[in-house]
Amino acid sequence: MIPFIAFYLFATIVIASAAMVIFARNPVHSVMWLILAFFNAAGLMLLAGAEFIAMLLVIVYVGAVAVLFLFVVMMLNIDFAELRAGFVRYLPLGALVAIILVAELIFALGAWSAGGVDLAARAAPAVTDKSNIQQIGELLYTRYIFLFEAAGIVLLVAMIGAIVLTHRQRGGVRIQNISSQNQRRPQDATRLVDPGVGQGMEL
Amino acid sequence: MISVGHYLAVSAVLFTLGVLGIFINRKNIIVILMAIELILLAVNINLVAFSAALGDLVGQVFAMFVLTVAAGEAAIGLAILVIYFRGRGTIAVDDANRMKG
Repeated sequence: MIPFIAFYLFATIVIASAAMVIFARNPVHSVMWLILAFFNAAGLMLLAGAEFIAMLLVIVYVGAVAVLFLFVVMMLNIDFAELRAGFVRYLPLGALVAIILVAELIFALGAWSAGGVDLAARAAPAVTDKSNIQQIGELLYTRYIFLFEAAGIVLLVAMIGAIVLTHRQRGGVRIQNISSQNQRRPQDATRLVDPGVGQGMEL
Repeated sequence: MISVGHYLAVSAVLFTLGVLGIFINRKNIIVILMAIELILLAVNINLVAFSAALGDLVGQVFAMFVLTVAAGEAAIGLAILVIYFRGRGTIAVDDANRMKG
């Protein structure tokens, strides 16, 4: 009974907050609803027994991606009222596509549960005497080690790409140049002058 | 009893909401990126549900890779958004034609 209640609670909140993400007027509120959606999706995955993915969802999505969105939304000075101008105009087309999509997905679900699709043998059967995280670790660091490293390269390229895209050289800033400071000699920098009385000094 | 069908229904609705979000927020690229995150979340729920139902861990390993790509995509997308805003002063993307594509 309790898993039943938990599932419907998480499922309802994840769908409601996903709807609020796309319908909210203020993108900051969208990000907050997105965080709620991610938390509840993590709850759903926890119910399915995927503890590692659930924790990863909270850490990566809530801790990194949502905060990144929040930073960008708050950093850019954007007129959000103007951006919502086409909202009503695009709603019929979007609703049409959404209805077609959900009908197709429900049809596929019905076809699958009718038993027409025979799934192949299991690639990596889960065993019950080990924890989920241990099993995933054993799989990830042995059979899928190259894919794992490829995922690391994807993240590295994303990081370098984001830095290269957003980095800019600023003009007009005075940066300390240590080698030129060290090469400066007293005879280049100072001179001895003897100005006459009342003539002042030409610098 | 909660079956895999329940999970698939949730992720189907989530996926549809993501696609709807892309359509109705055509101008606001930040919400479009968030809608893409919702779509990838739906995919992840699907993968995890099948993984749990079939007793096969590969689904969860693959969900981790989807998560990696989603994080990278968000970083690159927001970086492009920042430089677009720097050049144009707006993030309205429905008239983006800088590359004349």
